[in-house]
Amino acid sequence: MQHEQSAPSSGQSAPSEPSAPSDLSAPATEQTAHQAAAQPEPVTLPLTRAAGCPFDPPAELAELREQQPLRPMRYPDGHVGWLATGHAVTRAIAADPRFSSRYELLRLPVPGGPSGPLPPAPIGDLTGIDAPEHTRYRRLLAGKFTVRRMRLLTERVEQITADHLDAMERQGPVVDLVQAFAHPVPALMICELLGVPQSDRAGFQEHAAMLSSPDAGLEEQMAALTALTECVGELVPAKRAHPTDDLLSDLTTTDLTDDELAGIGGFLLAAGLDTTANMLGLGTFALLSHPEQAAALRADPGLADQAVEELLRYLSIAHTGIRAALEDVELDGQLIKAGDTVTVSVSAANRDPLKFPDPDTLDLQRKATGHLAFGHGAHQCLGQQLARVEMRVAFPALFGRFPTLRLAVPPEDVPLRDAMNIHGVHQLPVTWDKE
Amino acid sequence: MHLSIDRDRCIGAGMCALTAPEVFDQDAEDGLVVLRTAEPPPGLRAGARLAAGLCPAAAFTVIEQEGAGSSPPGEQ
Repeated sequence: MQHEQSAPSSGQSAPSEPSAPSDLSAPATEQTAHQAAAQPEPVTLPLTRAAGCPFDPPAELAELREQQPLRPMRYPDGHVGWLATGHAVTRAIAADPRFSSRYELLRLPVPGGPSGPLPPAPIGDLTGIDAPEHTRYRRLLAGKFTVRRMRLLTERVEQITADHLDAMERQGPVVDLVQAFAHPVPALMICELLGVPQSDRAGFQEHAAMLSSPDAGLEEQMAALTALTECVGELVPAKRAHPTDDLLSDLTTTDLTDDELAGIGGFLLAAGLDTTANMLGLGTFALLSHPEQAAALRADPGLADQAVEELLRYLSIAHTGIRAALEDVELDGQLIKAGDTVTVSVSAANRDPLKFPDPDTLDLQRKATGHLAFGHGAHQCLGQQLARVEMRVAFPALFGRFPTLRLAVPPEDVPLRDAMNIHGVHQLPVTWDKE
Repeated sequence: MHLSIDRDRCIGAGMCALTAPEVFDQDAEDGLVVLRTAEPPPGLRAGARLAAGLCPAAAFTVIEQEGAGSSPPGEQ
């Protein structure tokens, strides 16, 4: 992307970030030679967050970013590829179509995967395919998730949020915020949006729970995703025959096949169930751990919009992305060879001091715009505007309703989703003073 | 300032409509960008520049007019 944006001589100053090198793909011959001589040993991906720092990426990532924001990395299957930790280089990789998202070209950066590349994406999984297949799906879906459309859901989100806060008040204190609030609010929204009938929701939730279970292995998670897809598949004929006012019914009027509809529906459900839920759970934990920030949000609910962006940046729950080079690419003075897997550490990129001053501080007053929490490039999160509406409503409502909200257990006893694709908490026991 | 869009690149993420709703909108059907004005007045230019810089698909070209051509768009 950057190479298409550097045409200052024509008077066109195309969009670029002030903190980014002006041309990341410029051949820097001397530098390349120098760096090749001093090429560091491949590292492995740091996975362990420091004890007592549930919101921070593994500490080694900051060191690696400081040394070299793009560096060789050894994958668990022996493959030697790359690790990106800087904001500018991560953004450039995500935006560059020379880097593929096709699963069958990617090596898993964490242990537990196959020896060699991953299996190809199941039908409807938008994250594991490239243009033109990806473009076709994205074009059919983008209109369903526009800023305008999602804002129209605000009132419904407010109602669902209020209902769950009422139930929390009746039930507690103490309650598990994940069970009572963080999980069900976005789950109900995505089920309503897609058009999952009330009677089917329990089954959907069960499969979804398996997707985020601490005990589920890769195979069980794949099985749960398959089951979720099958559930949607069973809905498709009914939606074709008797369309209702929902996304799945809308999509039956396109040229998508039943298999594609089931796959896309399962993908959207999984994406909608496991992401915002973890932002709400971990975000609440973060705000309770930074009482002055929670107080700022309580004092000024108008802070919600930028508070959400800062929480997205600070927490970066979708912490790691993977791409594979389709051809040789020179980037940041390094030569990435065709076939190399490149892991991008979104959590490290969002803590890059070159982009965000004092990056390890949670500061709701900060303009966190430009964070990469939703990714960047053609695969940037399809549901991000829904997630924004949900979080902009849910955080101020929760902290407004319970002015004395606090953890009911010591912070070190909150069970973290360690080593999972999406970071978060499994439970968040909270309490408050009853009036 | 003159803005132009490349709808072939646009992925409908909505970053522009979110950031500078006075300048950018999304088509109700396909979600792709719609320019509300190609020549934003001075008060909207900073927002337009910011939004263009945030586009995940680099779907915008920002042409600054005479005298302002050297100021790079950014996220300020």
